[in-house]
Amino acid sequence: MDRMLQIEGLTKQFSSFTAVDNISFSVNRGEVLGFLGPNGAGKTTAMRMVSGFLTPTSGTAYVGGYDVTTAPLEVKRRIGYLPEGAPLYEDMTPSELLAFISDVRGLSGAVKREAISTAASRINIEHVMHQAIGTLSKGYKRRVGIAQAILHDPEILILDEPTDGLDPNQKHEVRKLINEMAKDKAIVISTHLLDEVDTVCSRAIVIAQGKIVADGTPADLESRSELHNAVTLRLVASQADKAKGTIEAVASVDRVIELTREGDFANLTAYPKSGQVVIDEVSAALKTAEIDVLEIQAERGRLDEVFRRLTTAA
Amino acid sequence: MGTSWAISKRELRAYFTTPLAYVFIVIFLALNGVTAFYFGGLFDRGQADMQPLFGFLPWLYLFLIPAIAMRLWAEERKAGTLELLMTLPVSTFNAVFGKFLAAWIFAGIALALTFPVWITVNYLGDPDNGVIIASYLGGFLMAGSYLAIGGFVSSMTRNQVIAFVIGAAVIFLFMMSGLELVQSAFRGWAPDLVVDLVRSFSFLVHYDAIIRGVIDIRDMIFFVSIIGVFLFATMVVVDLKKGA
Repeated sequence: MDRMLQIEGLTKQFSSFTAVDNISFSVNRGEVLGFLGPNGAGKTTAMRMVSGFLTPTSGTAYVGGYDVTTAPLEVKRRIGYLPEGAPLYEDMTPSELLAFISDVRGLSGAVKREAISTAASRINIEHVMHQAIGTLSKGYKRRVGIAQAILHDPEILILDEPTDGLDPNQKHEVRKLINEMAKDKAIVISTHLLDEVDTVCSRAIVIAQGKIVADGTPADLESRSELHNAVTLRLVASQADKAKGTIEAVASVDRVIELTREGDFANLTAYPKSGQVVIDEVSAALKTAEIDVLEIQAERGRLDEVFRRLTTAA
Repeated sequence: MGTSWAISKRELRAYFTTPLAYVFIVIFLALNGVTAFYFGGLFDRGQADMQPLFGFLPWLYLFLIPAIAMRLWAEERKAGTLELLMTLPVSTFNAVFGKFLAAWIFAGIALALTFPVWITVNYLGDPDNGVIIASYLGGFLMAGSYLAIGGFVSSMTRNQVIAFVIGAAVIFLFMMSGLELVQSAFRGWAPDLVVDLVRSFSFLVHYDAIIRGVIDIRDMIFFVSIIGVFLFATMVVVDLKKGA
């Protein structure tokens, strides 16, 4: 595996407050790492240190073998970075801004024109290229910010809340773009949208109070959910109580909760003991008891529940 | 150097795409006209020179230059674009120098637009053009040192009004350090060496020498040193206060 970004013991203290506390991880080519955490957990501070904006109190990040604390320019050349809130020079047009970024990044002539038109078409801002950025909607501003980050086709992309402020269609476009670019890059995105982790990320790191509290694939995280492998079923209301008793009698089921009863139908969820697969046993038990089940499904686990548990436990 | 120039170009474009440049230039030229012709009596004194214009220049610059300098860093900090700029492959020196250079070029353009006065005195009489060229150079160097100081103050805040007021106050102190007002405050208790040292930091003392046509390399070095020192101080502040 091609290790592109390596973070070692990264720590940032603001006077007595530790915003980022000794975090270490690495990102390989082809990975999209979701950086999760509640507001104020240290996501933005960590990204600012990796991008070379803030100097770490201790620890460092390596990009392409360069240490961000000793060779910041080499690191910055290899990174495309979208700062939080996508700050842009609002009196410029996207076309002028991208030309400026190209100049600073040393692109010129045909390469520069090609880079600007590629980035503009990938992120779909071609029709606003000559309007002042200050007059654009929040969604367009965000997209101009992303265009600026991918302009030099960097091997490493660090995007701080790339889909914040976008409508569902725009979110879909940006996620599609990230997935397209994922093959030959290492991408780190921060987000607090958990569905984004499922649709975009190949791996997720959860941080709370500056520390890493979980690191794994989205499926790993889901499996930590209480709901993981639980069974949710829908049946006729009159049979709900009987069904509840039947399922509770199954050895591997911990407890059964009636979620809702709407008119003639009821929804039940059976939680397994220590994450075991119980769907077969539950459906067999129901069949034996001659209870008609309208719908039955095994749950994967819910990220939001895991997220809440991980980030409030400490 | 290429990245400094890219930053300068962007800054200069920002001056001219907003009303800032036009407002500044019009007011600067109008006030120059008022001070040189009305207060300075450029016509009435019957001498073909530009002393009235250059004599008032330090005072015009006292509040006009901080108006350019105040936005240099405070605006970027407030808008968050400092993070965009400083995560591009740009060294702190390139960023500080590029921004300063743009402001200096802009101040130079405004100063150069007083050229009709130069043409006029040449048409009406026979001025010493060497002195006038030296005066333009002196004015330009002084603008540069004011900008370096104003930019340094701007780098410490995200509030442009504070940057303006403090910048003007610091520049005022540097101007006045050669005048009786400040000198007498020191003369009572400080040794002559200190009094002379304070005097040697005065913009007006060095500037007056230049506009009288006495071109002494030491006066030039003084202004260039002030620019260098304050640009360096700006670099330190930008590095230290990036996240604040």
